[in-house]
Amino acid sequence: MSLGPETSLHDETTPTADAAQVRDPSEKAIAGRSLKQIAWRRLKKDRVAVGGGVIILVLILIAIVAPLLIKLFGHPFDEYHNDTIDPTLGLPLGKLGGISGDYLLGVEPVNGRDIFSRIVYGAQTTLTVAFLSAFLSTVLGVLFGMTAGFVGGWVDSIISRVMDFLLAFPQLLFSIALVSVLPQTMFGLNARWARTIVLICVIGFFGWPYIGRIVRGQTLSLREREFVEASRSLGARSPRILFREMLPNLAAPILVYTTLIIPTNILTEAALSFLGVGIPPPYPSWGGMLSDALQFYRYDPMFMIIPGAMIFITVLSFNLFGDGLRDALDPKAR
Amino acid sequence: MAGKTKVMVAATAALTLGLTAACGGGSDDNSSNGSSSDTGAAFNASATKVVNASDKKGGTLNLWSPQDADSFDPAISYYAWTINMNRLYSRTLMTYTPKPGADGLILTPDLASAAPEVSADGKTYTFKLKSGLKFDDGAAITSKDIKYGIERIFAQDVVPGGPLYLTDELDQGQKYPGPYKDTDPNKLGLKTVETPDDSTIVFHLSAANANFPYELALPGGAPVPQKRDTGAKYGLAPASSGPYKFESIEPGKGATLVRNTNWDASTDPNRKALPDKITLTITTNAEDMDSRLLAGTADMDASQSGVATQARTQILTDEKLKANAANPNNGFIRYAAISQNVAPFDNIECRKAVIYASDPTTLQTARGGPVAGGDIATNMLPPNILGADKSYDPYGRAQGKPQVDKAKAALTACGKPTGFDTKIAVRNNKPAEIATATALQAALKTVGINAAIEQYDGSQIATVAGSPNNVHKKGYGILIAGWGADFPTGYGYLAPLASSKFLVANGNYNLPEIKDQAIDDLFAKGLAEKDATAAGADYQAANVKVMEGYYYLPFVFDKALNYYNPRLTNVYFHSGLAMVDFASLGVSDGK
Repeated sequence: MSLGPETSLHDETTPTADAAQVRDPSEKAIAGRSLKQIAWRRLKKDRVAVGGGVIILVLILIAIVAPLLIKLFGHPFDEYHNDTIDPTLGLPLGKLGGISGDYLLGVEPVNGRDIFSRIVYGAQTTLTVAFLSAFLSTVLGVLFGMTAGFVGGWVDSIISRVMDFLLAFPQLLFSIALVSVLPQTMFGLNARWARTIVLICVIGFFGWPYIGRIVRGQTLSLREREFVEASRSLGARSPRILFREMLPNLAAPILVYTTLIIPTNILTEAALSFLGVGIPPPYPSWGGMLSDALQFYRYDPMFMIIPGAMIFITVLSFNLFGDGLRDALDPKAR
Repeated sequence: MAGKTKVMVAATAALTLGLTAACGGGSDDNSSNGSSSDTGAAFNASATKVVNASDKKGGTLNLWSPQDADSFDPAISYYAWTINMNRLYSRTLMTYTPKPGADGLILTPDLASAAPEVSADGKTYTFKLKSGLKFDDGAAITSKDIKYGIERIFAQDVVPGGPLYLTDELDQGQKYPGPYKDTDPNKLGLKTVETPDDSTIVFHLSAANANFPYELALPGGAPVPQKRDTGAKYGLAPASSGPYKFESIEPGKGATLVRNTNWDASTDPNRKALPDKITLTITTNAEDMDSRLLAGTADMDASQSGVATQARTQILTDEKLKANAANPNNGFIRYAAISQNVAPFDNIECRKAVIYASDPTTLQTARGGPVAGGDIATNMLPPNILGADKSYDPYGRAQGKPQVDKAKAALTACGKPTGFDTKIAVRNNKPAEIATATALQAALKTVGINAAIEQYDGSQIATVAGSPNNVHKKGYGILIAGWGADFPTGYGYLAPLASSKFLVANGNYNLPEIKDQAIDDLFAKGLAEKDATAAGADYQAANVKVMEGYYYLPFVFDKALNYYNPRLTNVYFHSGLAMVDFASLGVSDGK
C-alpha cells in the first residue's frame, strides 16, 4: 500500500478505532493533533518497534539496578571461584559452562567469575558508552551541521571538508593507537570510568560527521522555506531562527539518526574491547568478554554465546526501535 | 514491514548457525585424530628419557614458531630457542652433553679436544682445538676465528642484544670497542684472549669464575671467520661450523637449513644430524600452528612455548594425543616483583602483606593450571638448577590457600591496617600474565589492597618495567615478570634478579632493586667455588636471603605443554637447554 504524501493525513483516520473515536459526537474535530501525537500513535501500533523499545528499557533498568541484581542473584563481578572450575583444564565444571542455580549464566573459565554479574555490569559500561557517545556525536553534529548549513560560504566549506576528512579517517586504527597511549587513570577517576570516558570521546568524536551531514542538508533546504523567510522579514535574529524555527523541524531526523548510531557505537565499543583497548581488567564489558571467550570457544561455547547474544539482542532492539521511530516520524512512510 | 521480517529471519538463522557451529566444533574432535599411536610414547616420557631412539637418517624436519627469531647471528641470539637452533650450525669450545636428565647440565668438549686446563688460581683457561675442523666453505676453523667471534660481542653498536657475560668477564678495563673499530691490523686486539697457535686459545680472567665454561657455551663463543663477517648483516648468512648450513633466511617468515658437507661427524659426537633438511616456518597464528602440529603437518613448535588453550584442552582430553606431549619444567619462574623504592613497599611489612594475601591456586590456574602452567612456586630457584630445593617454602605457598590473617597482621605492622592503593604493571601481549595480574588484584582486594592494573606495550619492557626511574615515576609497586636462566647455575638464574651488579638504568631485571651486600657476597663466593655442589649451596643461601627480604612473589615453576609429531625420533627434554634438543631430532618416515 503505497501512498503519496498528500493522502497521508487522510490515511491516518482510516483505522476503525480512530474512526469510531472521531465519529463520536462529543469529540471535536481531527484538527488538534500535533506531529508528536501522530508519531506516538503510529509508533504504538508498530509492535516490532515497541518490542525493541521495551527490551531497551529493560536493559537500561538492568544497568541501573546492577548492584542490587548482583546482590540478589549473583556474586561480585571480580570474585574468583576456583572451586567451580576444573584445575587442570581451567574449564567450568558442570554442563553449559557451569550454569546452575548459584551461577545463573555459568562461570568464566580459568577464574570462575560469575558471568551473570559480569553481563549485568557490562551492560552499564556498554550502555553508558553507547548513549553518551551518541549524545556527544549528536550535539557536535547538530552544532556544526546547522552552522554549516545556515551560515554557508567559507564556514560551510571548512566544516564540510573537516567532515569529509573525518569520514575518510581510519577510525578504528586511530582509536587503537590513541587509547593505548593514554594513561589508564585520569581526572581522579578509576581505570573503569577513565577508560569509559576516553571511549566515549573517541567514538563520539568520530561519529558526529554522519549526523552533521544530514543536519547540514536539512538546514540548507529549510533555510529557503517560507516560514524562515517570514520570520526573517519580521526581524528575527539568527539564533531565534536557528533554535526556534529550524531546530524543531530538524528534531525528527536527529532523533532517528541518534537511535540508529547507538547500535553502531555498541559494536564499536565491543570491537575496541575485543581488540584489547577497551575497559581494562577486571572490569567487564561485553566486547571484552567475547575477546576472552575466543580462546575457549570450542570447549566452553557458552562463554562466547552469552555476551555475543547480549550484543546481538541490544543492537537488534535499537535498530528495530530506530526503524520504527523513523517510520512513525516520517509522514511519507507508512 | 517486509524489510523487518527479513532482518529477523536472517538474524535467527545467524544465531542458529552460530550454535550449530559451536556444537559441531565440540563433537568432531573426538574422532579426528589419527591412527599412529604405536610409538611407545607416554605422556611426559620425553622429560626423562629419549623417546623413539633411532639413527635413521634422511627426511625433512619441519619446525614452526609463533615468534620470530631474534637473530641467527651467534653474537645476538639470546632467545632460549635460537640458542638451541644455533647448535645446528655453530659449534662452541664446550657444549652441553646431549643426554636427558641431570647429565645434560654437564658440559662436554665440542670444538675443544678436551676439557680446558685451568690454572691453580682459576684465572687462566687453556683450550686445545680438535684437528680437521672446517667451516662450510672448507676453510679450517682456527683459534683466531673463535677469538674473532668473541670480539664481535664487544661491538654492541653493530651487533647488540646478545648475552654480555663474556664481555663483562674479558674486558677488564681495556674498553675494547669490538673488531670493527679495532686498531690491530688483524682485528685481534682483545688482550685477555691469546692465540699462541691455530689450535690453542688462552683466556685470562680477572677472578676465578666457575661459570666461565658455561658462558663460552652460549652461541657467542662460536667461531666467526673474519673474511665472511658482514657486521650487522651477518645474521642473514652466518658461517656454519656445525652439521647444517643455511640455505636461506627470511626474517619474519622462516629459514631453511641443509647439510654442511664439510662437517665431519667423527669430530662431533654431540650431534646426530639425522634429517637431510630442516625448515623453520614463522607464523603469527599460533592457533593455526597448533592445528598443524596435531594434524601432523608440522613437527614441533621451535619456540617450545607451549600450545594455546584450545589445543591444550584437546591434548589433555585425548589419551592418544597426550602420549605425544610433555610438560617438563622449563627452568622459568613466573613471579611478581615488588619494587622496594615505590611506597609503601619501602616497608618490608607491606611487601609481606601482598605475598601472604595472594592466592597461590588462582595464580597457578591463571598460568594454565598444574599441567600446562606449572607447580606452585615456593622460592626463587627453579628446580632444574643445582642447589635448588623445592621443599624450601618460607611463604607457605605449597598449601595453596591465601593467608589472610598473616596478611592483615603484616598490614597492621606496616601502619596501614585498612590497606592501601598500588599499581600492577603487566605486559599487554602476554594473556597469561594479564590473567595472573587480575588474579593477584582480586586476592589483594580481600585485605583492602587496591591494585590498579596498568598494561604496557610488551616490546617496550626494557624501558618500562626495566627502567627503575620509570617505575618510580609511574608508581609501579608490583611488576609481573618471568625469568629463565642463561646457563643452568644458581648464578645464571638468580644473579640478574638479585645482585646489585646487574642493576642497570635500562633493561633491568633486578626489578625490586635489591642492593644487599650479603647477597652480592654470596654470588661472589659461589663464583670462586671450584666444586659445583658447594657453589650450589652458596646460591641457595643467596636465595634464602632474597626470600627473607620479601622482594619476590613466585607464582609457578613454569611448565609448557608441548606436542611433538609422533614421527620424530630421539625426542628428549634437555635440562641444560631447558627444551627439547633440536640437534638430536630425526624423522622416522624419511619424508
